[in-house]
Amino acid sequence: MTINDVREKLQQQISQLILSLDQVVQMYGMPIIQDKNGNPLWIDVREMTLRYQIPIKKVQKFFEGLKEGKILATKCNKCGTIYFPPQDDCPKCKISGLEWVEMPDEGELVAYTVINVKPPSFSHYQDYIVGIARMKNGINVTAWVNSKEVKVGMKVKLRITKREPENYLIYELVPA
Amino acid sequence: MRNVAIIGTGHTKFGVRTDVNLQELAWEAIKQALEEANLDQKDIQYFVVGNVGSWSAEELPAVVVGEYSDLTPKGTMRVEAACSTGSAAIRDAYLAIKSGEADIALVVGVEQMHQAPNPQVVELIGRAGGYFWEFENFGLTFPGYYALHASAYMAKYGAKEEDLGKIAIKSHHYGARNPYAQFQKEITMDEYLKSKPVAYPLKLLDSSPITDGAAAVVLASEEVAKKITDSPVWIVSQGVASGTANLSKRTDFTHIEAAYLAAQQAYSKAGINFEGAWRFFDVAEVHDCFTIAEIMAYEDLGFAKRGEGYLLAREEQTYIGGKIPVNVDGGLKAKGHPIGATGISMAVSITRQLLYRAPKGTQVDVKHGMGISHNVGGTGHYAYVTIFSTRRPS
Ligand SMILES: [Zn+2]
Repeated sequence: MTINDVREKLQQQISQLILSLDQVVQMYGMPIIQDKNGNPLWIDVREMTLRYQIPIKKVQKFFEGLKEGKILATKCNKCGTIYFPPQDDCPKCKISGLEWVEMPDEGELVAYTVINVKPPSFSHYQDYIVGIARMKNGINVTAWVNSKEVKVGMKVKLRITKREPENYLIYELVPA
Repeated sequence: MRNVAIIGTGHTKFGVRTDVNLQELAWEAIKQALEEANLDQKDIQYFVVGNVGSWSAEELPAVVVGEYSDLTPKGTMRVEAACSTGSAAIRDAYLAIKSGEADIALVVGVEQMHQAPNPQVVELIGRAGGYFWEFENFGLTFPGYYALHASAYMAKYGAKEEDLGKIAIKSHHYGARNPYAQFQKEITMDEYLKSKPVAYPLKLLDSSPITDGAAAVVLASEEVAKKITDSPVWIVSQGVASGTANLSKRTDFTHIEAAYLAAQQAYSKAGINFEGAWRFFDVAEVHDCFTIAEIMAYEDLGFAKRGEGYLLAREEQTYIGGKIPVNVDGGLKAKGHPIGATGISMAVSITRQLLYRAPKGTQVDVKHGMGISHNVGGTGHYAYVTIFSTRRPS
């Protein structure tokens, strides 16, 4: 499935719902249906599709790093704190413009789960494993675990992969 | 600072409440609480509305609830602290009275999650953590957050699937006896073990449901409370703490640090030792949005040693008659979890327990006159621990 197929399928489902709502309005004169308990419900006719725009300027280097094959964290030169997810401000020292350092690629899985009941926006993926790994530098990373076998304590490697079918760069954990 | 008491409680039937809209649902609880306190809206000086929303249509729920319930033009606000929204709302009114800003305040928690289709609710709750680094790219769901804790806990301490099942069975046992509960039927271990996986190792029967419901309390200062009722239930103390939005920033996944810190605060203000804290209470309400949460709560509240919470469940020590009865109203698991109402529902349950007004088959023996609520927002993103007593705090 390409990402366009995924989108088209979702749009079709939405159009189908709107069409059946139109039919309800035609039949009853108002957008009112009955739920399974027999209660009348007014179906909102003011639909909202929303995608947020999240500013990433302060951590743009992280995304540039991914393109260059590096998974980067930030490090405060004053207090030594390493930030992952990266942030450009050290609130402890109240300074900005932190140093960019590479995350180690070796770690150990400390917790995991397999997501069976998925949010609709993830419904085009197979059930996925989400894990938290403690990396060699003591910093945790949350990511998908690409592995058939999984257990707490297993050694993992952090690496960059392409998220299909969208085809964008992201990081994942794989067995070491 | 003044003492603060609960002088009226209200609670709706929890479940799928598509027979009413958000403000009508809130009014059911408000009306009951006003009647119990024998007060009218004109007596209420300030009201707080706990509502997380986004699944329901009204964007400014406090205003809508105030208008419908004839509480306008009294001062108000909407409070959000994820699943501990209700306790946060109580905190706001509690502090207003404690400080002398108000003498009587009303707190209502209301949530109508069924205004949105279930898949969208899964989507919305999943976003409720560190959004960008956990949901956007890795699709963590809400059960997924607690499942991470469950896998870490089980691996470290050797707790079994059946130990989690014991929690679910207890919740349903008491839910079956609570007329306000969403699920009023018992379950067996076999049903539990066969229930559908949601986020390994958690199953459908480990999970609290998507719920509509409202709960309300009327709070008053000592001076006013004494005039109105001869059976006030005092708020002795409250502890509050927060945790990181990104789960990966936690050092430990076998307990909820924020809840532990909140418990320590509440205990220290109430003069209770953490070790053996259970001895002080007749009843506890703990946040069991998932079964593993209740087990961690036992440890974070000092009812069991670290790594031994699941043994308390295994030995059935948290039924009525055991070491300490926990969630004998069915808990979030069977009573339901209308996010903004949950913390207030806990306060209502404890108040009614301490006054011997719990439903048949769920009433505990009241020996100390004290109860405790443990209300966690998110996975320890927020935590509130509140101690209640029939004895006036000194
Ligand atoms: Zn620093």
